[in-house]
Amino acid sequence: MLYREAGQFKTSYSADQGIFPILQDRIGMAILLAVAFVAVPLLASDYFLSTIFIPFLVFSVAAIGLNILTGYCGQLSLGTGGFMACGAYAAYKFATAFPELNIVVVFLLSGGVAAAVGVVFGVPSLRIKGFYLAVATLASQFFLIWLFTKVPWFVNYSPSGVISAPPREVFGWYVTGIEATAEAKYLFCLAFVAVLALVAKNLVRGRIGRAWMAIRDMDIAAEIIGIRPLQTKLLAFAVSSFYCGVAGALWAFIYTSSVEALAFDINRSFQILFMIIIGGLGSILGAFLGAAFIVLLPIFLSAVPQAMGVPVTTSTLAHLEFMIFGGLIVFFLIVEPHGLARLWQLAKEKLRLWPFPH
Amino acid sequence: MDFMIDFLFGPLKEIWEFPIFFVEVVVGGILTGVMYSLVALGFVLIFKASGVFNFAQGAMVLCAALTFVGFHELGVPQWLSLILTLGVMVALAFAIERIVLRPLVNQAPIILFMATIGITFFIDGFFQMVWGEDVKRLDIGIPKEPLEIGGVLVNTFDIVAALVAGTLVGVLAFFFQSTRIGRALRAVADDHQAAQSVGIPLQTIWVIVWSVAGIVALVAGIMWGSKLGVQFSLALIALKALPVLILGGFTSIPGAIIGGLIIGVGEKVAEVFWAAKIGGGIEDWFAYILALFFLMFRPQGLFGERIIERV
Repeated sequence: MLYREAGQFKTSYSADQGIFPILQDRIGMAILLAVAFVAVPLLASDYFLSTIFIPFLVFSVAAIGLNILTGYCGQLSLGTGGFMACGAYAAYKFATAFPELNIVVVFLLSGGVAAAVGVVFGVPSLRIKGFYLAVATLASQFFLIWLFTKVPWFVNYSPSGVISAPPREVFGWYVTGIEATAEAKYLFCLAFVAVLALVAKNLVRGRIGRAWMAIRDMDIAAEIIGIRPLQTKLLAFAVSSFYCGVAGALWAFIYTSSVEALAFDINRSFQILFMIIIGGLGSILGAFLGAAFIVLLPIFLSAVPQAMGVPVTTSTLAHLEFMIFGGLIVFFLIVEPHGLARLWQLAKEKLRLWPFPH
Repeated sequence: MDFMIDFLFGPLKEIWEFPIFFVEVVVGGILTGVMYSLVALGFVLIFKASGVFNFAQGAMVLCAALTFVGFHELGVPQWLSLILTLGVMVALAFAIERIVLRPLVNQAPIILFMATIGITFFIDGFFQMVWGEDVKRLDIGIPKEPLEIGGVLVNTFDIVAALVAGTLVGVLAFFFQSTRIGRALRAVADDHQAAQSVGIPLQTIWVIVWSVAGIVALVAGIMWGSKLGVQFSLALIALKALPVLILGGFTSIPGAIIGGLIIGVGEKVAEVFWAAKIGGGIEDWFAYILALFFLMFRPQGLFGERIIERV
């Protein structure tokens, strides 16, 4: 009863095309943003901020990126980790080569570099489709990681092969480096995520997003109705890699502060693929839900046996985690193949009627 | 410029000067390629019969090898542990069909693909928990001495492995072409609905095909396990088999063999003659780039079924 569109009349085109056409959604979003920007940094401890909230935000960006490519444009990609590494290393090179450059600009530029690399590796998608493409994108994954490990120029000839984020400030607050507080990092990340999510949401519901979806549903039919496959697919690769690149830069600079290429190996790609499948393919909300699920799940899995006081060795625990993780993935796919975002849709349907039966 | 010339032509000169060494490298590549094909075969079988891209094949190789060695270490003679492992693989096929595939019937291919990744995690965790995670030695009595054939040194073990793979392919080809079940399998591969409508039980067929893939995984596991030792890294061999798979085509058994040979030779030659000049360690990605190159000309792989698209 509370959640209904009845009685909400739109009197202008812009109102009709709003992202949140229903008042309740707007209020909910405002509350969510207020909680995220004000309540969380005030209430959450440093530990929670830096082990749960910041990785969640970083993963969300990467998941949005992959969701644009796989969920909206239908090009299954297993190279996410490679593009994230691209962003991370580009950000490191920009930040060390131009120390006076604002860190926001650095991140956007590194996203741009990742986008360029993404376009190059997206070219085969014009010929190769489906699982052939998925395996072919592994080429980018392995090649890029190898490149960053083997060429010392990327790490400024540091012998350990690890890049560490130099301290940088935004509006007089340190957001990277040792002096940065968890709150500052969190807010910086959150601002990035909020803007990027808004852009993504608007992209996918506009002309470009519709072209992507047409390509996803049937590319030949899309071509016949006048969508150019070349530009559309490459644009999807570029935008997706941009998001992944920014996510990689955020990972390296904000989340871990120092990183090596192996942090972006194939398991990272699978992790992000899990996020969008569990969250829901073709849904921006799904990217967030999936990221939250995958970030929280291992924490729960390792906390539960401790809380119950069951004595298990670390290796058994690791294997058990593997098992439960795999089992849960299969379980979720069976119960709801369309992901958590679909559950939210169903919940909205229910809310419309609640508390009445019809 | 000098670097480019050296990079492009240096190795060619080397090959010209030491042809015997080059032949040795190529033969080594062929034999390694056959080992890759062994793993790729499992993928092809399942993709052919159910359209599922089974990422769990690597995990199945690991679990077969672990189970085989595990039983043997408990004091079971090798022939008996082989039979027991076969039983485990068939049971695994039953479980996967019943628990995972049946509820997910008619879902999009990507969902089934993700489900097999879930299975991978589960199998990796479960079998390592049961059998432990330390490296186990596996010795099935194949000699590993180098053998000289016409001036070319070859490892005996590799030759035996190649023979085993060849036999396996022969048996599979016979099974697919000349038995009742094989015909049913091919029918299912062609068209699920049509096969069902002429009375082929889809679920039984899936159990059979996953069992056969399990048996192939067992052979691959024993061969790779006695080469590298039985340990977690066996599961990563799947990543080696994937380029073989796309190069040969997802649906072709001969494709898996030819693809394996091309990848094996290409990788070995590039590794021996070119890798040192660009820092080494190229085996992770070279096969993928090579496969990608072939795919640009034949997007369905060398022997894959032609993809016909209609609106």
